[in-house]
Amino acid sequence: MKLVTAVIKPFKLDAVREALSEIGVHGMTVTEVKGFGRQKGHSELYRGAEYVVDFLPKTKVEIAVAEGEVDRVVEAITKAANSSKIGDGKIFVSSLEQVVRIRTGETGEEAL
Amino acid sequence: MNKFVEMGRKLALIGGVAALLLTAGGVLADDAVQAVSSAAADATATVAATPEAAAAPAAEAAAAAPAAPNFNKGDIAWMLTSTLLVLFMVLPGLALFYGGMVRAKNILSLSMQIFVTFCLISVLWAIYGYSLAFTAGNDFIGGLDRLFLKGMLDSAGNLTAAATFSKGVYIPEYLYCAFQMTFAALTPCLIVGAFAERMKFSAVLLFMVLWFTFSYLPIAHMVWFWAGPDAYTTADAGTAATATAGLIFQWGAMDFAGGTVVHINAGIAGLVGCLLIGKRKGYGTMSLAPHNVPFTMVGSALLWVGWFGFNVGSNLEANGFAAQVFINTFLATAAAVLAWTFGEWAILGKPTMLGAASGAIAGLVAITPACGWVGPMGSIAIGIIAGIVCMLAVLKLKAALGYDDSLDVFGVHCIGGILGALLTGVFNSPDLGGTGVIDYVTGVYGFSGIGSAVWIQAKAVGVTLVWSGLVSLVAYKLVDVIVGLRVTDEVETEGLDTAEHGERAYHS
Repeated sequence: MKLVTAVIKPFKLDAVREALSEIGVHGMTVTEVKGFGRQKGHSELYRGAEYVVDFLPKTKVEIAVAEGEVDRVVEAITKAANSSKIGDGKIFVSSLEQVVRIRTGETGEEAL
Repeated sequence: MNKFVEMGRKLALIGGVAALLLTAGGVLADDAVQAVSSAAADATATVAATPEAAAAPAAEAAAAAPAAPNFNKGDIAWMLTSTLLVLFMVLPGLALFYGGMVRAKNILSLSMQIFVTFCLISVLWAIYGYSLAFTAGNDFIGGLDRLFLKGMLDSAGNLTAAATFSKGVYIPEYLYCAFQMTFAALTPCLIVGAFAERMKFSAVLLFMVLWFTFSYLPIAHMVWFWAGPDAYTTADAGTAATATAGLIFQWGAMDFAGGTVVHINAGIAGLVGCLLIGKRKGYGTMSLAPHNVPFTMVGSALLWVGWFGFNVGSNLEANGFAAQVFINTFLATAAAVLAWTFGEWAILGKPTMLGAASGAIAGLVAITPACGWVGPMGSIAIGIIAGIVCMLAVLKLKAALGYDDSLDVFGVHCIGGILGALLTGVFNSPDLGGTGVIDYVTGVYGFSGIGSAVWIQAKAVGVTLVWSGLVSLVAYKLVDVIVGLRVTDEVETEGLDTAEHGERAYHS
């Protein structure tokens, strides 16, 4: 099993959720996060005082998937979240040791 | 108004205002000419045409005495409305305007300082404030005739009358007192912006009591107290009546709705405060950005609306002249918003909402002393100048001098107030569309010349700056000794809302 973690632009969330639904992903966790990468921040002016805002708002999507689905999931996210502009985000894939469905106690891929 | 010469000429004048000011400076010398037009109608003032009050010299004051006064319902309705509008300026107007500019952890502290100061001063006003400001006394302070608002019903149980700017026209003294109460209560609230986010609540309240008593009341008396127009029957009677007025009124200074009494007075107190208490933690190194600029926008819009009560209410009557005060207040504000916006756009590259909102307040402040003395084109000129100069004070002067006037009380209220006061002397000129000054004895309007008018205005500004500055200095020092001015570092870091008031504005 793999954990796919995508950090995307907030306004791309709906497109990503739809694209994932289409390929049969029926669960994800979404968190509002802040961060920076190559996009860097921006500056704001309040009565002449300039503040550099380093951390930009992003949305983090986490999806646990079976080994064989990873490529399709990554491809769907890449396509849906792409605006070809700097700051589109990143996708991290890591291995997942165990999954437990709390209600039934099922474990492993059964629990996905 | 009616001396409304050609538009083109006026616009040219607007452009050359700076030059005018310089000229005026040159003429300052002929102070002597001061056209002791003693009868000069000045200031928002007025006061109870108190019969028994020590209006001894101006015995004529007995005019408005015993029989039940014949009040005008329109005047009463407008003044009740105006009084409410001024309340509305502060709560919620000023609280939102300021509240949006502080960080999320301090908005309740800021709001509480305004809310409670307003109430505290209102009560003190009834106990001794009104009496000390608006009864006859000496040049600097009034007497105790209205202590606890006593004597506001005559022997027959009628409400006593307060004079307006027209002979034989009165409003109930209770109403005049209530209207002026909102001014007295609003002014200290302006100061809290200067030391926002770091002063103890107890220190704020204690300071306000001291400052109100020793700065607001004397300045209000000096600028606004006079015997009322009825006393001006003959030249001699007029001279005698003027001698009973406050010092600055006697000079003939013009302050229609509170440029000196309210804005310069509060603005300099703010500057002294932020210098004494020191900068906020993290000033210049971390973000102290406003947490909610939309609040500030809404607050400035509410202030603008409420300000019509402040300025037009200062006319004290619902008569035709109120319309001129009204349009002046409108135009100066709009012009100042444009000036600040385009100025900021040119200097910093972006026009900001916070800048536009600040421009509105700068324009309102500057037109406050002038609104009953100038014409609409003069108002636009005053608005433009105030917008530009206050913007430069906030963007450049503050940075250059390095003080942390958190919400720019000095840059907007003091600088704007000084500009407004001086420019009143310029644009009062009938040649520039102003009203001139009425001589109540003859009923004729005259004008002593821009140079002498500006010089008188400058003296009024100077007295206010020095008086309020010194009173503030002593009051802050005293408060520091008694309860301490500043919260601890931990409290400042945590935020005053939870640390000082035990509540928070936003739950996430």
